[in-house]
Amino acid sequence: MREVAVIGVGMTKFGEVWNKSLRDLFTEAGMKALINANVSGSKINAMYVGSMSAGRFVGQEHIAPLVVDYAGLAETHIPATRIESACASGGIAFREACMTVASGMYDLVVAGGVEKMTDISGGEATETLATAADQEWEGFFGMTFPGLYALIATRHMHKYGTTPDQLAEVAVKNHANGCLNPNAHFRRKITAEQVLEATRVADPLGLLDCSPISDGAAAAVICPLKDAHKFVEKPIRVLASGQGTDTLALHERADICTMEATRYAAKAAFAQAGIKPKDVDLAEVHDCFTIAEITAIEDLGFVEKGKGGKATEDGMTRLDGEIPINTSGGLKAKGHPVGATGIGQVVELVEQLRGEAGKRQVSGAKRALAHNIGGSGASCVVHILEVPE
Amino acid sequence: MSVPRFWREIPQRYNLIGKKCTQCGQIYFPPRDVCPKCRRESIGKMEDYKLKGTAKIFTYTIIHIAPTEFVKQQPYIMAIVELDEGPRLTAQLVDIEPENVKIGIRVKAVFRKIKEDGSKGVIYYGYKFKPIS
Repeated sequence: MREVAVIGVGMTKFGEVWNKSLRDLFTEAGMKALINANVSGSKINAMYVGSMSAGRFVGQEHIAPLVVDYAGLAETHIPATRIESACASGGIAFREACMTVASGMYDLVVAGGVEKMTDISGGEATETLATAADQEWEGFFGMTFPGLYALIATRHMHKYGTTPDQLAEVAVKNHANGCLNPNAHFRRKITAEQVLEATRVADPLGLLDCSPISDGAAAAVICPLKDAHKFVEKPIRVLASGQGTDTLALHERADICTMEATRYAAKAAFAQAGIKPKDVDLAEVHDCFTIAEITAIEDLGFVEKGKGGKATEDGMTRLDGEIPINTSGGLKAKGHPVGATGIGQVVELVEQLRGEAGKRQVSGAKRALAHNIGGSGASCVVHILEVPE
Repeated sequence: MSVPRFWREIPQRYNLIGKKCTQCGQIYFPPRDVCPKCRRESIGKMEDYKLKGTAKIFTYTIIHIAPTEFVKQQPYIMAIVELDEGPRLTAQLVDIEPENVKIGIRVKAVFRKIKEDGSKGVIYYGYKFKPIS
């Protein structure tokens, strides 16, 4: 297989972008990525686009050709494929694109992700997100998406002594990072007290434990590593890609505090990269809810199982900590336009590894990891990127 | 929701009818057509199995912001309960105050109204769980 590199990235601002439609968003992100990669759209061989539920969010399915069309490339007739894996749609679109380049099938591919979530009411958006869970055996009985993560949080607290203060610290940290990201949905600091006193959503989770409903798109251009210097000075190598699955319903899992899909994907990615978690300089992890960041850093092997809350409280995951987590602000503060999230993580890693992350730059970052979850952990995709020697 | 979509799930939702793999003896709820342990060996060997409905609370949450069909019920308690026969399922807890819910409490299945499709639509029934006093 060929080695793969990211040569360009682009994203829209994430947030409540009332004045932009689904097609405005993906066109903006895609054009930014192509310009960033110094690539003409006419040279692209294929596109992959992650979208969880364009059909429910804006009533538009079949968006892959639409992306090509509005990029002005309809006349090229290139293949375009939509990937759906709930909130992991973007990360898995990126993986699929990488595989086509690695295999030798294509030489220049765009991986994008998009979600336009604010064209329907907050309630309808929440119900759409809930379709990522088991509709027959969870949703039917009144379970909500935040509720599922709340079940994990209750159990994590019971089993490991994780505290509400430790959960709050995830949100406080990610909002602090989001302040430094011009594309973030929320660019304001919050306090632990505000998190703890926020409107309850599903105990023990409150509103500020939850990622927001956001609009946004992101895109990345990839090519074989050996060709990357023809386009840009600082290509970023895709060192590894791992993907895993688990039961759709949370109640089917032996241990709900561990996401086996994450462990599987991470194991595959670390083996492929030939490195260990301690060799990673920073990571973007799927903090759709505060508890999710805690289980993620445990399942990825950055900390021991059960110690994620304590590690967060101790500052290990802050921007100046041992392993900075969610330097972009994460889903919590950068925003969570579900289909775009996985690609948004790749954008952050590439900016960090190029040394272009401005005030949130992790100095000397050479290797970074992205972790993208679908549903309550039924899908997971992990990528490791690095600065090539 | 179409009527058949609900109607075909009545045995399990009204009466906790799961499946037993007669190849290995494992019991499943919700029912499934293939036993994950025996896979193809289980084809044609998955038999209906009535669960007793006694269980203990494995984990829980209090839902304050509910889906549209459940708004009238909020706040309400949702839990994963572990049936005595082994399988776990997701259900609402009733006849208990939120402050009294604890992991490990013994509960049993009761037949209740779950929700309704507006004022003229189907009324959905199924299991909820209440404490064994």
